[in-house]
Amino acid sequence: MEFFHSLGVSTRSSFTKLGRGSYFLYHLLAGISSVLVRPRLLLKQMHSVGVLSFLIISISGLFVGMVLGLQGFYILSRFGAEETLGVMVAASLVRELGPVVTALLFAGRAGSALTAEIGLMKATEQLSGMEMMAIDPIKRVVSPRFLAGFLSMPLLAALFSCIGIIGGQLVGTGLLGVDDGAYWSQMQANLDFQDDIINGIIKSIVFGFVSSWIALFEGYDCIPTAEGVSRATTRTVVNSAFSILGLDFILTALMFGEN
Amino acid sequence: MPHNKTQDTLVGLFVASGIASLFFLGLHVSNLSSFSHGKTYEITARFSNSGGLKVKSSVSAAGVKIGSVKSISFDPKTYESVVKMDIDAQYKTLPDDSSASIFTSGLLGEQYVSLDGGGSEEYLKNGSKIEITNSALILEKALGQFLFKSAEEKKGSDDTKKGNSKK
Repeated sequence: MEFFHSLGVSTRSSFTKLGRGSYFLYHLLAGISSVLVRPRLLLKQMHSVGVLSFLIISISGLFVGMVLGLQGFYILSRFGAEETLGVMVAASLVRELGPVVTALLFAGRAGSALTAEIGLMKATEQLSGMEMMAIDPIKRVVSPRFLAGFLSMPLLAALFSCIGIIGGQLVGTGLLGVDDGAYWSQMQANLDFQDDIINGIIKSIVFGFVSSWIALFEGYDCIPTAEGVSRATTRTVVNSAFSILGLDFILTALMFGEN
Repeated sequence: MPHNKTQDTLVGLFVASGIASLFFLGLHVSNLSSFSHGKTYEITARFSNSGGLKVKSSVSAAGVKIGSVKSISFDPKTYESVVKMDIDAQYKTLPDDSSASIFTSGLLGEQYVSLDGGGSEEYLKNGSKIEITNSALILEKALGQFLFKSAEEKKGSDDTKKGNSKK
């Protein structure tokens, strides 16, 4: 009996949380119009969300590309197909690793910071203070951060893929002796702008939307204590990772299904 | 805010580098620039077998890409494969008795259509049909024919031997 009781409680609480999340999202999207009137707010958040993630994204991109170059070379050389290294590196980066790894790093680097920041604002009653001054905290605090995350993600993912491709080229042609022309020409012949690159960008836009939403909602919805903020930060990273990977599977099945 | 200006510059740099990498992906990685999506004209060729040809496979003349395959369909009346191709409008002086063949680039590469110019004074235009076509080489078929033929030759030579011995 106890089991059924707890099952009922957890079902109900997860549904109410989903409801609060959707309501929050609705208000947040409605607040975007007021961000456009004050672009300075957006700019400040673009700095903390995008510019400060720049370094970690570019360094990880370089190393992921270099590892892909090494691993790909060892496998492809068994089949005597080293020339297709460029296709392998570029396709796996643009289609899959670029959007997904960027989103995971983004959730860890920027998402957790957003949750902690908003959670702490709530714990120190800054959000209530704003409401007292008739300032809507969602419009003033949350919407600019959401828009910044949403806009930064595709840019960061494109950057990640580019640097990764260059890293793969460094290792492949510099270290392992793949022909430079073959690396690029095979890549250009086999990658399609519509099918590969646009779909990768669509993925990263979806991930940017979801992970910013989760991070901001967890911060806004947390229990306003030190422990509550720390739990909310953990939940942000875990839930973002789950939803990014799950959505990635669904999007891949939809986009690349017929090929 | 004291650091307003550097912050603006940094955000500007960030956005510019993001957009630059998008352009890099578009132009350098997927080679969007090599085939202009400008004006094209359509020609049709009928093959008895189009093999592994796919939509978007390239159409080339003398090894240079001049267009791409637009659609491939099966004609249930003539049992032929109807391949429609988009040719870049700048190549408008292809003779209308050109022949189309399906080749494979490399041993395991993808298949493409190759156009070989004829000697006609008339040029291919939108909606033209190519009359002379060579189908794709199907490796299994060729191998099968070769084996069958060599087996038959062996049998034939055995028969002649027997005939000779009777005499």
